[in-house]
Amino acid sequence: MAKRIEISGLHAYYGAVHAIEDISMTVEPRSVTAFIGPSGCGKSTFLRTLNRMHEVIPGARVEGKVMLDDEDLYGSDVDPVAVRRVVGMVFQRPNPFPTMSIYDNVAAGLKLNGVRRKSQLDEIVERSLKGANLWNEVKDRLSRPGAGLSGGQQQRLCIARAIAVQPQVLLMDEPCSALDPISTLAIEDLIAELKSQYTIVIVTHNMQQAARVSDRTAFFNIAGTGKPGKLIEIDDTSKIFTNPSEKATEDYITGRFG
Amino acid sequence: MTSEIDVGQRTDTAGNGRAGGRRMSTGRLGDQIFAHSARGSGVVLLAIMAAIAVFLIWRAVPALRANEANFLTEQEWNPNATPPVFGIAQLAFGTLMSSFLALLMATPVAIGIALFISFYAPRRLASGLGYLVDLLAAVPSIVYGLWGLHYFGTKMDDVGRFLNDYFSWIPLFGGDSVGGRSLLTASVILAIMILPIISSITREVFLQVPTANVEAALALGATRWETIRMAVLPFGRSGMISAAMLGLGRALGETIAVAMVLSTASGISIHILKDGGNTIAANIANSFAEAGETGRGALIASGLVLFVITLIVNMGARAIVARRKEFV
Amino acid sequence: MSVKGAELELKSLPRVSARRRMADRTVQSLVYAAFVIAIIPLVSVLWMVVTRGMERLDLDFLTFSMNGLSSSDEGGGANHAIVGTLQQVGLTAVMAVPLGILTGVYLVEYGGNSRLARVITFFVDVMTGIPSIVAGLFILAFWLLALGFEYSGFAGALALAILMMPTVVRATEEMLKLVPNDLREASYALGVPRWRTICFVVLPTALTGIVTGVMLAVARVMGETAPLLLLVFITDAINSNPFEGPQGSLPTFIWYQAGDPNPQAIERAWAAALTLILIIMLLNLGARLLARLRKPVSR
Repeated sequence: MAKRIEISGLHAYYGAVHAIEDISMTVEPRSVTAFIGPSGCGKSTFLRTLNRMHEVIPGARVEGKVMLDDEDLYGSDVDPVAVRRVVGMVFQRPNPFPTMSIYDNVAAGLKLNGVRRKSQLDEIVERSLKGANLWNEVKDRLSRPGAGLSGGQQQRLCIARAIAVQPQVLLMDEPCSALDPISTLAIEDLIAELKSQYTIVIVTHNMQQAARVSDRTAFFNIAGTGKPGKLIEIDDTSKIFTNPSEKATEDYITGRFG
Repeated sequence: MTSEIDVGQRTDTAGNGRAGGRRMSTGRLGDQIFAHSARGSGVVLLAIMAAIAVFLIWRAVPALRANEANFLTEQEWNPNATPPVFGIAQLAFGTLMSSFLALLMATPVAIGIALFISFYAPRRLASGLGYLVDLLAAVPSIVYGLWGLHYFGTKMDDVGRFLNDYFSWIPLFGGDSVGGRSLLTASVILAIMILPIISSITREVFLQVPTANVEAALALGATRWETIRMAVLPFGRSGMISAAMLGLGRALGETIAVAMVLSTASGISIHILKDGGNTIAANIANSFAEAGETGRGALIASGLVLFVITLIVNMGARAIVARRKEFV
Repeated sequence: MSVKGAELELKSLPRVSARRRMADRTVQSLVYAAFVIAIIPLVSVLWMVVTRGMERLDLDFLTFSMNGLSSSDEGGGANHAIVGTLQQVGLTAVMAVPLGILTGVYLVEYGGNSRLARVITFFVDVMTGIPSIVAGLFILAFWLLALGFEYSGFAGALALAILMMPTVVRATEEMLKLVPNDLREASYALGVPRWRTICFVVLPTALTGIVTGVMLAVARVMGETAPLLLLVFITDAINSNPFEGPQGSLPTFIWYQAGDPNPQAIERAWAAALTLILIIMLLNLGARLLARLRKPVSR
């Protein structure tokens, strides 16, 4: 199911502001790619261009190519709705639908895609919640509101919701930044399990986390405030953290700035 | 969301401030005078509300005593006759009928407008377009009445005939003496008048929908409409209900436009295309000039009924809003 | 899932089903239609008022009254009505604005979370929903029938004040809430007493916003007709004393002229409607401009 993503010459703008400049990289399937870099370097913006969520913001636009295997996500006849169906996303803050039960939250995406049979829904909801390591905690209260769960549980619910529609890529925008250490650990374990099936891209502020969960790491930086963010380098995580090619990466990793 | 945080902070600081103010204000005449007059005007406001009820009841009772008919069930309105005979049945029917029809027409359109301005219109135009809709509320009801009487009513004459010709098998559209000065015309005008209030409150509710939920729906691969259905409408449901109720309250009490458009005829009839019909408020405006002592009392009694109905509707709407704030 | 799965294997991007796309398009057109539906009556009303009103709106109309004229006569004007409306609305503002602002100040600066403040807030909301005719009946019962006063512009203004007050309270409340707390604290820290802080720091900061709210509230009550029919009655002559005897007003002028079968009267009604709308739109426009001026300051 997992697909390779190839990005070439990608620019993103907020109105007149040039947010990220000329990014090209390849994201490998069935692996975890981490985006690191100082605040405001455009890593989250870049992530949101991969499922066309960037353009949801008024005035925002994107130039360049994002190939999912052999299809350009920004092709003229491509519907962003279809893109988001295959490129799932987990947000910084858990955002379950407040008016829906746990079950309905997970089933939300399935219902959109025409899955109506109760037995099929039940099966996929269970599978997704198990996949998100949440099943045992919630199986007795599936009809309770999703908003009643703890922060870490809510985030796993959001992951279950995202994987229920069996996307090919899973984007995670600092998924642990609002969580306590134990919940963070649970999510990191989950990421390690999910990578056997999905192409995962995770934005993180936490370098230890990047080192723990990712196979490849991309480092982003900005030249100064108001300047667009740039990709400095992307390489195997072990190499980035031990022997990066760029001086800027090394400075950042060793804590000399950022 | 933001507004609530705002309120939270406000009450908090005001609370602190109050305690601080007391300490500071000991012996300070200026503070005392100011604080008391501020509280006093709030109390005046409450007193006015109470006085409205008291005075209306006080003036209504003698007329009701003199009434020979049952006030609630009688359809005739003849308080100047000897003995006086009047009842509110027809008026209440006309009021409720026209208001509910107006609500039925206005609510979907108003929600559509709110959706249009909040989610569909180009960002740059949105606030200007919102202002345009608010202008509908700036037009005074007397002007709607004039327009209804001398222009729109004549157009509705044709509409009424058309509906009567082809749809008279629907009881509402049946009957004869179809004309432009009908309950339907009044309802359409009422609908126009309550559109802006319903849509502006609905827009406020939509503004409070958390972006995170909208994004969650979009990221699941929902179309714009599916996003609205998943993340916006369920969140705004109670807000929309109370917006509609506030609109209903406005329609129930609207006087002049209805009084100008309707040609009064007596008797309850569900044929809304017929010339005629009457409402509580319109009846007060139309028959006040000829009312004698008992007549005025009778009109005041009918106004009391209107007051109670609108009070219940408005309080209900506010209670829904308040309860919603606690939950979300 | 199996059917969908098979489809997925062929191409990376699934097609959004025709049914879903149709639903999306349909709703989109309905939503656009809703907006158009709302604009049609607005354009129609304004168009009719402007075109029909222009036929009679001239200097004569603004400077003459209807004194001594019968409704079938040509000419005549609404001067008495304009004078009446301005006086009545002026009196209304004089009563409602201070009470409204003070109540707003109480709710934000003093009331806190007290029971009284909550009750007042609730009733301010409820009061916005009082039908104007009910306010009129109340003043009728209280001022005219119980206290024995006669018809006057002031009696009308009393009823209008009831309708205007809650709007002013709301506007004041909203604006005071926008004043940053640092400003209050800075003032207290200097040892400035509370009432002086409110009068000389808080209120001036919120002033343009409150004025905007007041202008909108004035525009709102200016078109009210029902209470005036009960309380001010009607006269064709100029009565420049709002405290004694019947007075004209633009809304009641329209009411009587529009109900008259003579075309000359109906022309006058349209002209008066145009006059009324012009005043109201000026107030609205002024309020909007003022609100725009304020924005950069509050940021």
